[in-house]
Amino acid sequence: MKTIAYLVQKEFIQIFRNRTLLPIIFIAPLVQLIVLLYAATLDMKGIDMFIVDQDLSISSRRLTQKFISSPFYRVKDFSFSIDQAEHGLKSGAADVVLVIPAGFERDFLREKPPEVQFLIDAINGTAAGLISAYTTAIINDYNLEVIPELMRVPTNQTLSRLDISYSLWYNPQLNYKIFMLPALMVILVTIIGMFLSALNMVREKELGTIEQINVTPIRKYHFIIGKLVPFWILALVELGVLLVVGKIFFDLPTLGSIGLLYLFASVYLLVVMGASLFISTISQSQQQVMFLIFFFMIIFVMMSGIFTPVETMPYWAQKINIINPLAYFIRVVRMILLKGSNFSDILPEFRALVIYAVVILTLSVWRYRKTT
Amino acid sequence: MKRFFGFVKKEFLHIFRDTRTMLVLFGIPIIQIILFGYVITNELKDIRIAVLDKSNDEATREIIHKITASDFFILDRTLAGEHAIEDVFREGNVKEVIVFEPGFAENLQRYGVTRVNLLADASDANTANLVVNYTSAILRDYMSQKNSKLISGMMIVPEVRMFYNPELKGVYMFVPGIMAMILILISAMMTSISIAREKELGTMEVLLVSPLKPVQIILGKVTPYIALSFTITVIILLLGYLVFRVPITGSLLFLLVVNIFYIILALSIGIFISTLAKTQQMAMFMSMLSLMLPTLLLSGFIFPIENMPVVLQWLSALLPPRWFIVIIKNVMLKGTGLLYNWKEILILIGMILFFLVFSIHKFKIRLE
Repeated sequence: MKTIAYLVQKEFIQIFRNRTLLPIIFIAPLVQLIVLLYAATLDMKGIDMFIVDQDLSISSRRLTQKFISSPFYRVKDFSFSIDQAEHGLKSGAADVVLVIPAGFERDFLREKPPEVQFLIDAINGTAAGLISAYTTAIINDYNLEVIPELMRVPTNQTLSRLDISYSLWYNPQLNYKIFMLPALMVILVTIIGMFLSALNMVREKELGTIEQINVTPIRKYHFIIGKLVPFWILALVELGVLLVVGKIFFDLPTLGSIGLLYLFASVYLLVVMGASLFISTISQSQQQVMFLIFFFMIIFVMMSGIFTPVETMPYWAQKINIINPLAYFIRVVRMILLKGSNFSDILPEFRALVIYAVVILTLSVWRYRKTT
Repeated sequence: MKRFFGFVKKEFLHIFRDTRTMLVLFGIPIIQIILFGYVITNELKDIRIAVLDKSNDEATREIIHKITASDFFILDRTLAGEHAIEDVFREGNVKEVIVFEPGFAENLQRYGVTRVNLLADASDANTANLVVNYTSAILRDYMSQKNSKLISGMMIVPEVRMFYNPELKGVYMFVPGIMAMILILISAMMTSISIAREKELGTMEVLLVSPLKPVQIILGKVTPYIALSFTITVIILLLGYLVFRVPITGSLLFLLVVNIFYIILALSIGIFISTLAKTQQMAMFMSMLSLMLPTLLLSGFIFPIENMPVVLQWLSALLPPRWFIVIIKNVMLKGTGLLYNWKEILILIGMILFFLVFSIHKFKIRLE
C-alpha cells in the first residue's frame, strides 16, 4: 500500500512540475467544449431558396408568398430563367430552387394537376431530407387552404383536417447543445485519461527510466496502479470542471444524481485507462501508442451514437458496440443528466462496464513484463 | 544532393520500419470510409415508437399500420395509459409516443377535425426533429388521401429532384471530410511529432551539426510524408468510388493538384508546430487540439457552417480544411472547375506562404 502511495506521489510531482502540460490538461478542453458546442448544431436556420416563377399569376404568387413568410426559408432571388437558378445551386448560393412553370394557373382552371418542381442540393443528405419535408408540408398547406378557396369548393363539403400537435420531452426547444454537451464531455475526459496515462508509461520506456523501476522490488500491479490512479483522479476532476462549466454557460440540465454519474464515470475511466495501459505495454514509442489509441478512439467515437442514433446502425455495428465503452458512457450520461434515469435504469450498462474493467485490468497487469 | 537522398532514405526507413503505425495509417481511412458508408447514416431507420391509442378504431388502426409499414418506424409496444409514457422514455429505447384522442374516427366523420399528439424524446434533438417531421408527413399523407376525392385533380404534387446526390447517401458528404482529416493527421501531426522526437531524444543535435543545411533537413523530413499522404488520398478516392460509387464528376487532375496543395499546407503547419513544441507529447496535444477536433467539428465536415454563430464562422474561415472540403465537394460532386473555386485555392496558397515564412523564421539551428 505504501509503495503505491509513493508511486502515485512521484507521478503527481512529475505532472505538476510540467508547466506546459497542465494548461493543456485543464484549459484546452474547456475552450474546446465552449467553441465546439456552438459549432455542433444541426438546427436548420435558414434554407436559401431561389424562386423561378414563370407563371406570375395570382395562384403562383400565393404559393411563393407561403415560402417567403415561412421562418425556415430565406428567399434570396427571384428570376425567370432556370439556368440562372441552377447556377445558384452550383455555386452554393441556393440550397433549393422552386420552379413554377408557365401555365400553372391555367392547369388549375382546367382541373389538371399543376406541376411544380423543387431542385434540392442533396450533398448533405440529412439537410436535403429535412428541406424536402418542410417543403412538402408547405405544399400540403397550400393544397388544403388555398386550392379549395381558389376553386370555391362547395362549403357543405368541408375537408377533413388533422390537428397534429407535438410535445418534445426533456428538451422542448430542441436545443441541440444539450444533447451534444454530455457527449463532448465524455470525449474530452476520455482523451485526457487515455492519452496521458498511455503516453506517460511509454515515455518511461522510451527514455529508459522504466529500467530503474523494473530493478526495484515494486510489483507489477503496484506499477500499473501507480500509473493509473493519478490520471484517474485528474480525469474525474476534469469531469467535474466540465460539469460546472456546462451548468454555468449552457444551463446543462442535471435531472439525475451526480453521485450516480460519478460512480459510473469512475468505472468507465478504469476501463478506458486499462485499455490504454494495455496498448502501451505492447508498444515501443509514444508515436505508436498515440496512433493506436487514436485509431480505436476514432472508431469508438463514430460508433458511440454521438452524432447519429445507435438504433439506425446495421445489426453488426450494434453488436460491435458491446465492446465499445464510449457507447455505454455516452448513453448513460445522457440518460442521467437529461432524463433523470436512476440506478435501475442504467444497471445493464453498469454491469457490463464492471466486467469489462476487471478483464482489461487483469490483461494489462498480465501483459506488463519487468524483463525484456 | 546525394546527402539529401541519403537523409530522405533514412526517414523512409524510420517510417516503414514501424509497421504498427503504418497499419494504423492505412487502416484509419479504410475503416472510416466503411463506418461512414454503412454505420453513420443520418437516414431514419427502425426507430422504435410506442402508441397510446385511446380510441382504437378503424382510422387509428389504419394510421398505425401505415406508420409501421414504412421502414422508418417499428412499433415497440402499445401503452395502457398516460402514466406509462415517462417510464418508456426513461428506459431509453422508444423515441416517440403517438397519442390518439378518444373517438378519433368519430370526430373525423362528424366534425371534420380530429387530434393526434406526437410526444418525442427530444434529449436527442436531431433525431426528435426528424422523427416528428417524418411522422407528420405520413399523417398528412393519410389525410390527403382521405380528401383526395374532394379536390382531386387540383392538388399540387411537387416533383422533388435531389441534385448531386440523388440517393441522399451519407458517404458523399463524408468522403471529402475524411480526406481533409486524414491528410492533416498524417501530414501535420506526424511531421511535427517526428521532428519533436528528434529533439526529445537528442538526435536533432546530430542532424544539426551534420553538413546538411536546415532546409534540406526540413525537406527531407517532409518528402516521405508527401508520398504517404498522396498514396492514401488515392486509396480513399478509389474506395469511395469502387465501394460506394462516390463519383468524381469534375477533372481528376484538378482534384489531385488541389490535394497536393493541401498536403503541402498541412506539412507546413506540421513544421510550424514542431518549431513550437519541445516534446512529442506537446506536439501531439497541440496538433490534436488545434487541428483534429476543429477539423472534425468546425470545418463543415459534419455540421454545416451556415448554421454556426458568426464568430465561429470566422474561426472556421481560418481552418485550411474548411476551404479544402468546399473545393473537393465542388469538384467531385458538382463537377465544377477552377472557375468556381479560384477563391478557395487562392486562400489555400496564401495559408501555405504564411506558415512557411513563419516556420522558416522560427526554425533554430541551435538548440538552446
